[in-house]
Amino acid sequence: MMRDERLIFEKSVEGRIGYSLPENDVPVVNPEELFAGQMLRKADPEIPELSEVDVIRHYTNLSKRNYGVDSGFYPLGSCTMKYNPKINEDIASMEGIAQMHPLQNPLSAQGNLEILYRMDKYLSEILGMERVTLQPAAGAQGEMTGLMIIKAYHMYRLDSKRIKIIVPDSSHGTNPASAALAGFEVVHIPSDDKGCVDIKALEDILDDTVAGLMLTNPNTLGLFEEDILQISKMVHECGGLLYYDGANMNAIMGIARPGDMGFDIAHLNLHKTFSTPHGGGGPGSGPIGVVKELVPFLPVPLVEKENDYYVLDYERPLSIGKVKSFYGNFGIILRAYSYIRTMGAQGLKTASQAAVLNANYIRKKLEDLYEIPQNRICMHEFVLSAQRQAKNGITALEIAKNLLDEGIHPPTIYFPLIVHEAMMIEPTETESPETLDAFIEIMRRIAIKAQDDPESLKNAPKTTYVSRLDEVKAARTPVLRWKK
Amino acid sequence: MEIREGLYYSKDHEWVRIEGDRAYIGITDYAQDSLGSIVYVEIPKEGKALSKGEVLSVVESVKAASDIFAPISGTVVEINQALADNPELINESPYENYIAIMSFENADDLSDLLSPTQYEELTKGE
Repeated sequence: MMRDERLIFEKSVEGRIGYSLPENDVPVVNPEELFAGQMLRKADPEIPELSEVDVIRHYTNLSKRNYGVDSGFYPLGSCTMKYNPKINEDIASMEGIAQMHPLQNPLSAQGNLEILYRMDKYLSEILGMERVTLQPAAGAQGEMTGLMIIKAYHMYRLDSKRIKIIVPDSSHGTNPASAALAGFEVVHIPSDDKGCVDIKALEDILDDTVAGLMLTNPNTLGLFEEDILQISKMVHECGGLLYYDGANMNAIMGIARPGDMGFDIAHLNLHKTFSTPHGGGGPGSGPIGVVKELVPFLPVPLVEKENDYYVLDYERPLSIGKVKSFYGNFGIILRAYSYIRTMGAQGLKTASQAAVLNANYIRKKLEDLYEIPQNRICMHEFVLSAQRQAKNGITALEIAKNLLDEGIHPPTIYFPLIVHEAMMIEPTETESPETLDAFIEIMRRIAIKAQDDPESLKNAPKTTYVSRLDEVKAARTPVLRWKK
Repeated sequence: MEIREGLYYSKDHEWVRIEGDRAYIGITDYAQDSLGSIVYVEIPKEGKALSKGEVLSVVESVKAASDIFAPISGTVVEINQALADNPELINESPYENYIAIMSFENADDLSDLLSPTQYEELTKGE
């Protein structure tokens, strides 16, 4: 096989071009006459010189190495890698919507504003909140926005001693990071032996310096925090607010609402729960919803309906300001809108039910071969521990590498941190029983080999484009840019 | 898993070795083994005063980033610069490669640290 693994820069041949222009029929102007000398670069930019077919082959071959939910099973825990229906793309590319300019007069953008207005209503209903801002560009920015609102709320009440944000030890890393970035002191509380918030530890820490608590429910172990009503009561009684990390919302759409659990602020990851592309496939979107008391602090603008017109409301004196240019990642909000409309209320509920059922199905079928520290009915994901296999040298990492050879994107490994040799499996509602069974069979085969013939599992992956990468070297001495 | 005699241990898997008025602080063999290959150690600032339980340093491995907490109160008097370029030294010999030396000011700080036997019990439970 003739593989050419060189970078596009390395394929460059001096003078090679991918176009032919007709002879110039306008006068040539010297750029130096138009711009002051210092505005002009001294040397030409070093752009690779290739023919059209060189470029097409280069990127086509790169794209073939990509793995996404469109190519296969992707049970990456906490990430909700559900299939993104192609109708979302059809809607997003409709000319009348896609060709709008964000600075257009609102009067000529009524359709787009109506979509934003309705999206606020839909997401508020799903979250059990009063209003939603669609501005944050991702979950972590939603967290940041939520924490700024918590701060603004306490400051507005002249309660400036509230400097602490509580996060459980099973939380997503973004929670303490966002809290620190927003200027709070982060306090970790341990989980109890059931994998949930330790009520006693929470009680010990609650006082008038606590600004709020951040919680994922279901939590990162895939378990529903059954004491949530007690937790929210305790935090509220000490004057703090509750922030809901919506990463795991896919478990409870249409079944339970953060607002009803006592949360004051909640974010949603549209790129997880509402089927918009992840990462390289497009930008994210992390709207946050708030309870009535916090609505004045939301970022500007909000879309309001006045008489028969939709308007952008900037007259919000207590607002924390803008957190993102314009109105958020509109194209992504639009895809999520398409998803909500095509699924309908019952459809969203059924999706959550199927996501939970799929996770429990895998859990039950693997529980005899793998340790599952919290082996009870889980929500949309569960965490197993490869500790038994690790005794023979087949760690979670080795299992993940073997899954690559099977054409499966491995689950999240070594998270949450409170489980040794953790593998966090989230199949989502997308997958058919056949896919789940195939995955289960592969996981069982790996477990049996780890027992009988661990050597055969080492040095995976063997069938992928590149074999085992040196992760330590990549982290210690990364090569981040090409140099001649 | 090696647990050395003559050291004090914290529940967060740091070790402390007292030499006169200096306290050597590092992470245990159990900690480095759990973390896996270490790729980065944040070198604390000399002269920084810390209360017990405050973040002294951050150790990052291929698996996770972990805060290292000051197991006693005091001031950072010396650092281990070698870890900046060779963080793997902690994997190789965790008890030889301290992260910082802090001033040892209050003997009471040692009272809630663990003895080698107690620490062994703790790691067995995890």
